[in-house]
Formats: sequence, C-alpha cells, structure tokens
Amino acid sequence: MQWEVVIGLETHAQLSTVSKMFSGASTQFGGAPNTQASAVDIALPGVLPIANRGAVERAIRFALAVNGTINRRSIFARKNYFYPDLPKGYQISQYELPIVQGGSIAFFVEQHEKKVNLTRAHLEEDAGKSLHEAFHGMSGIDLNRAGTPLLEIVSEADMRSAAEAVAYARTLHALVRWIDICDGNMQEGSFRCDANVSVRPLGERKLGTRCEVKNLNSFRFLERAIVFETRRQIELLEDGGKVVQETRLYDPDRDETRSMRSKEDAHDYRYFPDPDLLPLEVSDALIDHVRADLSELPNAKRNRFQHELGLSRYDAALLTANRETAGYFEAVASALPQHPKLAANWVAGELSSRLNKEDIGIERSPISPAALAGLLRRIDDNTISGKIAKEVFDRMWETGASADEIIEREGRRQISDSSELERIVDQIVEANPAQVAEYRSGKEKAFNFFVGQAMKATKGQANPAQVNEILRKKLAQ
Amino acid sequence: MINWSLRQLASALAHKQVSSVELTQTFLDRAQRYNRELNAFITLDPERTLAEARAADRRIAHGNTQPLTGIPVALKDIFCAQGWLTSCGSKMLHNFVAPYDANVVEKLKQAGAVTLGKTNMDEFAMGSSSESSHYGPVHNAWDLRAVAGGSSGGSAAAVAARLTPAALGTDTGGSIRQPASMSGISGIKPTYGVVSRYGMIAFASSLDQGGPMAKSAEDLALLLNVISGYDARDSTSLDRAAEDYTRDLDQSISGLRVGVPKEFFADGLDADVASAVQAGIAELEKLGCKLVEVTLPQTRLSVPAYYVLAPAEASSNLARYDGVRYGYRAPEYGDLRDMYMKTRAQGFGEEVKRRILIGTYVLSHGYYDAYYLQAQKVRRLIAQDFQSAFERCDLIVGPTAPSVAFDLGAKISDPVQMYLGDIYTIGVSLSGLPGMSIPCGFGQQKRPVGLQIVGNYFQEARMLNVAHQFQQATDWHTQMPAAFS
Repeated sequence: MQWEVVIGLETHAQLSTVSKMFSGASTQFGGAPNTQASAVDIALPGVLPIANRGAVERAIRFALAVNGTINRRSIFARKNYFYPDLPKGYQISQYELPIVQGGSIAFFVEQHEKKVNLTRAHLEEDAGKSLHEAFHGMSGIDLNRAGTPLLEIVSEADMRSAAEAVAYARTLHALVRWIDICDGNMQEGSFRCDANVSVRPLGERKLGTRCEVKNLNSFRFLERAIVFETRRQIELLEDGGKVVQETRLYDPDRDETRSMRSKEDAHDYRYFPDPDLLPLEVSDALIDHVRADLSELPNAKRNRFQHELGLSRYDAALLTANRETAGYFEAVASALPQHPKLAANWVAGELSSRLNKEDIGIERSPISPAALAGLLRRIDDNTISGKIAKEVFDRMWETGASADEIIEREGRRQISDSSELERIVDQIVEANPAQVAEYRSGKEKAFNFFVGQAMKATKGQANPAQVNEILRKKLAQ
Repeated sequence: MINWSLRQLASALAHKQVSSVELTQTFLDRAQRYNRELNAFITLDPERTLAEARAADRRIAHGNTQPLTGIPVALKDIFCAQGWLTSCGSKMLHNFVAPYDANVVEKLKQAGAVTLGKTNMDEFAMGSSSESSHYGPVHNAWDLRAVAGGSSGGSAAAVAARLTPAALGTDTGGSIRQPASMSGISGIKPTYGVVSRYGMIAFASSLDQGGPMAKSAEDLALLLNVISGYDARDSTSLDRAAEDYTRDLDQSISGLRVGVPKEFFADGLDADVASAVQAGIAELEKLGCKLVEVTLPQTRLSVPAYYVLAPAEASSNLARYDGVRYGYRAPEYGDLRDMYMKTRAQGFGEEVKRRILIGTYVLSHGYYDAYYLQAQKVRRLIAQDFQSAFERCDLIVGPTAPSVAFDLGAKISDPVQMYLGDIYTIGVSLSGLPGMSIPCGFGQQKRPVGLQIVGNYFQEARMLNVAHQFQQATDWHTQMPAAFS
C-alpha cells in the first residue's frame, strides 16, 4: 500500500524583548541560575503580571508578515498544571481567543511551490528549567527562563513530507529573524518545533491518528524525527497494529522517538481567562504604529522582484529566503539597474552555491555586493565572457581583489580585436587541413574543434561570438 | 485618646500634644494585653513598630508631616509588608516573611502611617467568621463567645476594641463589610480597581478589593484618600484622576433617593437585624432621603454564582503554594508528586481545601461550560440588576448580613449555612460595585448590626457622605464594647 504522511508544526519562537512577558526581569540567555527571576517570575504571594507591550507589537508584526488576522481583542488564559519549574502552577497563554489567526507561509521545495496555512499564533510565557543532573537525587530549578515571551505559531496539517516540513520550518525561521521578532538561535532554544505526524493510505481523506513529537531543536532533528515517526507508524499499521495518540520525544542519540505520555494521562489544563489580566485590546493606532516601523515585508519584496524586476517566481522566492540574501541582491541590482536578471542569476547561482559549499552566511560573503556588481558590469560591457567571469569570481573570492584588478593583472580581458582574432584563426586553419576538409565535407562537429583551438590559443579570452563569426567566414572560403 | 478620630490624632501629633511613640505604645500595650482574649493579631512586633513611630516623630519634629504621619494602622495579614511575617492565616505561609511592600502598604508608609501589626483572618480570606485561621479564631469584641465576622475579623475586632485607630481589610464577597457589621465598626469596599491588588495575596482576583476599616465614615474617607489610586503593577487597577473622598462628607443628603431592595428583607433575615436596619433607614428618611423600593431579582443566584467563580479563581491562585520555593513543605515525602500531595494536604486547612476542590471541579473539562461559564452569565445578570435599580435611586441600603454575629463554632461544620450568610454582600462584589457597612444598632445579646450602603461605580464619596451624615445624627459608631474601655 502507498502511504501519505500528514504533518503540522507547532513552533515556539522566543520573542526578542529585553524583558519578560509579564515582568521586568531580563530575558538575557546564560545568566547564573535564578539571577534573572523577579518576584513575579518566582510567583511570590501577591504579585501580578503586566503584559509586555513589546511582545504584543512583535506578534502584530508577525501577523502583518503572514497576512494573518489580528484579533482586536484577545484573551490571556491560564493553563493549569503542577511542575516545579512552573512557579505559579499555571502558564499564562492564550486559548480561545489568540492574538493572531490565519495567515500563510509560502516556499519552494525543490522546484515546486508550497503554501502552508497557519491556524493561529498566540502569546505565552515560557517555563523555567529543571536540572536533573549534579544534584544527587534532587532536582535543581532555574527560573531565569520562566516568563520569557513566546509566540506559539501553529500550522495547519498541510505538509506531506519531512522535506516540506523542514522547508516550512526554515522559511518560518528566516521570517521571524527577518522581521526581527526572534533571534532564531536554536541551540539556546529560541526557536523550537513540535511536529504532529500521522499517516494514511494515499487517497484516503480521513486523517490518521497523530502523534506529537517534541524536542526538535534543529532542522536536522526535525527531519530525522519525522522520517522515523512516519516509518514507525507505517510499519505499525502494516503489521495490523494501531497508532495510539500520544506525545513522543525525539532522542537524537538513538535517532528514534519514544513515548512520553499517552492521551489517557494527558493533563486537564482547566483553561480559563486570567482574571489578573484584562482582555488584550489592539487598536488601529497600534497596528499602524507597528506597520510604520516595518521595512518592506518578505511577501511584498517577493512580489516586487517578480513583477517589477521580471524575475521568475522561483528566483524571487530564493532571493527573499532571508533578509540578508534579499539585501545583498538588492545592493547588486541597484548597482546594475538595467540588469536585474543578471544580478539574480549570479546571486542565486554562483554566489549561493559557493556560500553553501563553504557554509558561509551571505552577510559574511568575501565578495561584497559592490564587488559582484563590478564583475557583472564587465560581463555586460563584454570585457570578459561569462565563462571567464566565473574564473574571475573564484579569484575574487580567494584574493579579495576587485574584478577589474584581476582582469588587468591577470590579462583576462576578452580579445575583441578582429584583426588579432583573424590572424589567430588564419594560423589554425592553415595548421589543420584535415579538419578543414572534414568540415567542408559537411561534418558540422569539426567546427567545435576550431572553436576549441581558438580559445586555447587565446587562453579562453577570445570573444566567443566574434570567434564564431570569423571561423564561419574563413572556413567557408 | 483611644476613641479619637484620625483627624483628632493627626492634630494632636502635629501640635505635639502626643508623640507617635506615646500613641503607638498606647495601642501596642492594648493590643498585647487584649490579644489573648480576642486573637485579633497574628503578629505584633513592638520593636519594628516603635522604630517606625520614632521615625515618624523625627519627621514631625522637622515639620514634615503627611496626613497619617505617626498614626498606627493595622494590616490584615493578607498584605505583604516588607520584613513582616505575611501568613494569610495559613500554615502554608507560616514562615513567609514578605520581601516587599504591597502597593497599599507603600502608600500608607508614604502617608506617614506606622504599622501596628498584622491582623488575624480566615485562611486565605476564605470564610465569613475568621475561624478558619491557622492561628485560631478571632473573638468578637462585644461578646467573646461570638465570631468577629470574616474574613477580615482580626482587623474588625482590633478596631472595635480600640486596639488600633484603624486597619486595612480586604473584601472578596463581603470580607470587609460583614465583619464590620458584626463587630460594630465602619468599613468600605471600594469599586473594583480603585485600590491596587499588588502585594495583596490573591484569593479570587476578579473580586478581591482592599479597603479601610475604622470607627467612622470620616476616617474611612481619609484612609481611602491614601490607599486608592492607579498602580501600573496591577492591570486591573483603574487609571483615573485622584479623588478626595472627604469632599462631600458635610453635604446635606436631603432629597437623595435611597433604594431599598425588597429581596434584602425577605425570608432569611433575622427579625432583630431587620428592625435595627429599618430604624437606620428611618433615620436616613428623617435626614431628608427619599425611600424608593427597588428590586434585585437575581439576589438568590448570587451565592451559587459566587461559590463557583471565587473557588475557580482560588484553585488556580493557590497553585503556587506547592512547597517548592517558599512557605511550608511537608517534612517527609517520597517523590515529587508525594511532596506536592503531603505539602498541600498538611499546609492547607479544611475550608481552603474544600474551595480548591470545588474550583478544580468547575474548571474541569466537561464541567466548565455548565458551571464556570454559566456562573459568569449569572454574574452579568446580577450586575444588570444593580444598574436597573440605580436608574431609580442614587444609593441602595439594606442589611449587611442576615444575622448578628453567631456563636463561635455554630456554623463551622455547615459550610452552606455559612455561605448563605453572604447573600447581601456577594452581589455587590460580583458587580464590582462599592459597598460599605456602618453600625446602626444592636440585635440579640447586644451584638452589633450593620447597615449596608451600596453605590454605583465610583460613588464612594456619595456613600461616605450619607454614612457621615448618619453618624452625625446617631452615636452607634462611637459606642465601644465596655470590656475594653
């Protein structure tokens, strides 16, 4: 039987505010345990929460970036459960009325375009950390993280492969960094995903029973966990078994998922509106204020690249994959206003693959946008051919020198002097009578031999179009 | 001196007829002497209190006086006060010394008040008799066999016996008004949001409201001036211009329309209370008020709605008392779950556990709609009842409680009977309206009766005006229990 996997992701993005969701304590990562826990964070008797306006503004920014609906009135609710790193005995979250509903994220997987719809995004506070090692039969509690603001972004179950899920997560990751609401640091837990995974026979419309897989703090783990979980569920079903709805934990050391708790032991969280916090009202003025502060959003930029610069949808998507790439491309393109496609080809092609190969972010590219534009200008004015340009590009990468310096110093200027080229072609024709005869007898292939010889003689610097023209003329005689 | 009003005390202090240390020592001596009988205080700390009094005297010497400079005020043990044990009447917090001041405590200190001590109360303010305290029951100053009312019973008894010139209490369903009524003193619960809840240990957040308890309406007005006002640390605190609650005290109340809800005089109201309250209302009429019969048809639903909503919030508010970070932890336990269970089983008393169970139940999956949401709807209906009534009158008056103070132990084993005693105060709390109680006579066994005055939102000044005019014409509020004079 053919199976289809259905995946939805829940992502916790830690919002990049200076202070916590409901207290004034610092959100800085890595402080000595419990040094960033205020009276509110440790839930002393009598303390009260105050919602962080910066976190609300970031949620609005996110809504604008994904074309979601901003609820003008949303409700903070208490999610009640006992755990030592949850000081109040409840987490303040949003339940029935989240701040953001709907919206979507679009991206390419290979060459095929995919859109994932979002269910909602809501504000909540993080819990603290339990430290089970090094306390000899006891656990340590660090409440520095308690109260850190999170935006929980819930997707619809729209993904159909691990690759799609990873592409979605990467796109979302780039987006939250782009709009500057989250630093995206996955090692520090600033961006974490849980995956809801189910399988069903291909063509079946009813969803299979899902499992929620937690602890996916890298794209690789996300992919591995989904691959494992998909296989596990298919094998279970093919052996006549049943998938049990449960929460599973991904163990990267063993590359497997393990049952954490089943639906039966699921908590009854007894959600109810938090009476300490008034409904969160978002005014038009606040939305306008957030919008005014935003630079062009990725979606708008993508459309502009496509419709105003004439790029393909694919290139436009690639060049808006993150803020840095888009910024780089725009710098190159603005230096070459007549040739956005040339700029796009080089940024998305040669530059991207070299950066990928060397695992360098575009913001640390050894070739600056101005330097790349300098190279492209020499292609445009026929100083060098596209082929030579790739070699010059490599030299620029290695030496840090400009395209012009390399072209001059290393004599890579294209030979377009026709008398010089005619002299070279004459010599080749004269030296290879057998191939001339072959060509003249109708073997078109022999022509390539002459082109090769001409390029060899000029060390590749001959203007290829001119060489062709001269060769045709000479060989025809 | 023990019967002086706050204005008289402030004047005597300002004119150096008495020092704050002398005044404070007088009340401290009384508090220490009579606490054995009344059990009104959980904590008295004469050294700490006298240090504050000395500091007040230095400020007076420099001519730097605020409205309450040098005047002792007692705090219900629900208010966090830096350096003071703040137990909330519970074993759970028997060792919790507050590391910060509640907003109202800050405000009292800024106004120059001296902290006299922390008063006894029902555990976590859950109760109507101050019998559920871990520190034992409070006794009524008028009759030691009777309860003082609750949950702010310690504050009420301390003011009634003149162990303090004034005190702060909190009111969730009547916890200022009912003990004021049963102890023969004056107390006001302001409009929800007028007094900051920051540093006031939460029982039911959407209902809790702090307020003053004192000998007279005039004293209440002075205290309310000090403790009210916007606080950015409480999201439910109302950001509005400061008011002078004394501004209308001396105005005539002639022509004021006073609503008398017929539901407050139906079955369940004791005859002795009814006649004292009727006499009080007649007095208002004599002062020129026009009586209007009004109706609050949902009154009978207020108790059940309250006993869904308040426990629901309490069950969540009290989850933080888990033995992990502060407060009581069971001395012996196995794993984490066992630690939680033993800590909470041993640290909370019966009434608190009952309400946590009720609250947990009504919020549970499958019951939430039937109980919690339904109770919220009832809450809105009750608030609408009051708004309809206020279309026909300026203020509402009636009894504060259906009976005078009952005997200690009389209702402790019958929670439903105890809850029904809150019927006249709870609707006001559910509506977020201001309510107050002033003495209006005595009932059976010469136990005090309170007259409740309810205003529309932010009508505290008008209510205090009526209460003050009533007290200018009567002397119920100046009487004190003979055993403590």
